[in-house]
Amino acid sequence: MLANFDFSVITSSLPYLFFEGMRFTLTLTALAALGGIALGTLIAMMRLSGLPVIPLVAKTYVNLFRSLPLVLVIFWFYFLVPYLGQWVTGADRPMTVGAFTSSLVTFTLFEAAYFSEIMRAGIQSIPKGQAAAAQALGMTYWTSMRTVILPQVFRNMTPILLTQTIVLFQDTSLVYVLSITDFLGAASKVAQRDGRLVEMYLFAAVVYFAVCFVASMAVRQLQKKIAIIR
Amino acid sequence: MRAPLNTSSAPAEPTGPMIAMTNVSKWYGDFKVLTNCTTSVNKGEVVVVCGPSGSGKSTLIKCVNALEPFQEGQVVVDGTPVRDKRTNLPKLRARVGMVFQHFELFPHLSIAENLTLAQVMVLGRDRGAALDSGMTLLDRVGLSAHAKKFPGQLSGGQQQRVAIARALAMNPIVMLFDEPTSALDPEMVGEVLDVMVQLAREGMTMMCVTHEMGFARKVANRVIFMDKGEIVEDATKDDFFGHARSERAQNFLSKILQH
Ligand SMILES: Nc1ncnc2c1ncn2[C@@H]1O[C@H](COP(=O)(O)OP(=O)(O)OP(=O)(O)O)[C@@H](O)[C@H]1O
Ligand SMILES: [Mg+2]
Repeated sequence: MLANFDFSVITSSLPYLFFEGMRFTLTLTALAALGGIALGTLIAMMRLSGLPVIPLVAKTYVNLFRSLPLVLVIFWFYFLVPYLGQWVTGADRPMTVGAFTSSLVTFTLFEAAYFSEIMRAGIQSIPKGQAAAAQALGMTYWTSMRTVILPQVFRNMTPILLTQTIVLFQDTSLVYVLSITDFLGAASKVAQRDGRLVEMYLFAAVVYFAVCFVASMAVRQLQKKIAIIR
Repeated sequence: MRAPLNTSSAPAEPTGPMIAMTNVSKWYGDFKVLTNCTTSVNKGEVVVVCGPSGSGKSTLIKCVNALEPFQEGQVVVDGTPVRDKRTNLPKLRARVGMVFQHFELFPHLSIAENLTLAQVMVLGRDRGAALDSGMTLLDRVGLSAHAKKFPGQLSGGQQQRVAIARALAMNPIVMLFDEPTSALDPEMVGEVLDVMVQLAREGMTMMCVTHEMGFARKVANRVIFMDKGEIVEDATKDDFFGHARSERAQNFLSKILQH
């Protein structure tokens, strides 16, 4: 039965799949993770600030993005943001927003909601005395956050942040709805062109599994190391 | 005798109040933690604060550098009113050293970095100068061999001595201690108290929450006894350990001196 399959389609399309598709996927994953962690950290700080209104704004943001399907957000940003941009800038034509920019912004905003919950838990797990000691030494809120609290949070939470990034890596495949050539998009284009759907989707699944499996193993090793340092 | 721990450029003259507290009251919601607390600590004076658990000792001492806000009364530190919108609190706190029960060294930084961080970030000293003064103080608390280690690698007593050196590196005008030895194993209490005694003898102004009555007997000028958020007794050392004192203080003393 396997005789009907032609796996040579994989080898011949490898450069396209990886140099075009996987490069896009990894770039999007890395940038969205960095942006999401930065924005998520800010949202977590807002949530814990104890100021009026601001924690509520942060909480609403998180709850909003966590209750929307990601595909919908991707669509929404891609099709509506050009018009929103037009309306804001008062231009006479819809703003052009590239597929990459659009998906990067979408994933950054979306993932920030999840990263912020991780960072919030991380900040809350640092003993109150640490902030008090920093304050007692004359540090301002921002200095103590930057030099005392957040470095400890990042050290403690790196495994969880990386695990969330692995989920993000899988989620980026959803950009196929915008016909973008990410890894899955590239595989799917080859599959359609050569009529080799089974082979290509099987291969794509194997690659996603392998990457995530190896990454998860690495995270577990890292976790052990951090546990020793503490 | 070791070199002085107190590197403050202007040694405190034993006159005038360094800390003046007037009618300080504080509430947590409906619960009144502090009631009309009035006392003062003069320059060069060592004042010990004691009292039962939950009596508000930590809260009182944290009002001095506004780590705890309070709703009524005033605290003036070296002429600066703490509860005043115009007071730059980080700047005030940089001049008031504080030592905590649980040391609160920064676990992600080496001992040397713990000693230099605030000097660089808060006082704007350059790294070299900060390291010099940090290492000098580390040597004076007898731990210069441990500069490259991390806090988790030191014993409790060693960590607390580093914490004292970290506070002194800011050249404070007054030092606050909140039960600095009560989280330590008994065999380490002495090494920390030795440092504190030396500091007191050099003329550092100190406000110490502690139940170490031996320390109080040795170096304290005055002893404050608190109960239920009130300053019940504020007496010279001799009066306090003599007989002229309240029943509540007597009960408390007989309890802790039994050990
Ligand atoms: N954040 C808070 N919210 C509500 N109540 C508090 C808070 N912090 C402290 N308290 C209460 O205030 C009272 C005084 O606390 P404080 O820590 O000043 O006592 P203490 O004399 O230092 O006691 P200990 O010897 O146990 O350290 C206690 O009854 C405590 O339960
Ligand atoms: Mg206390």
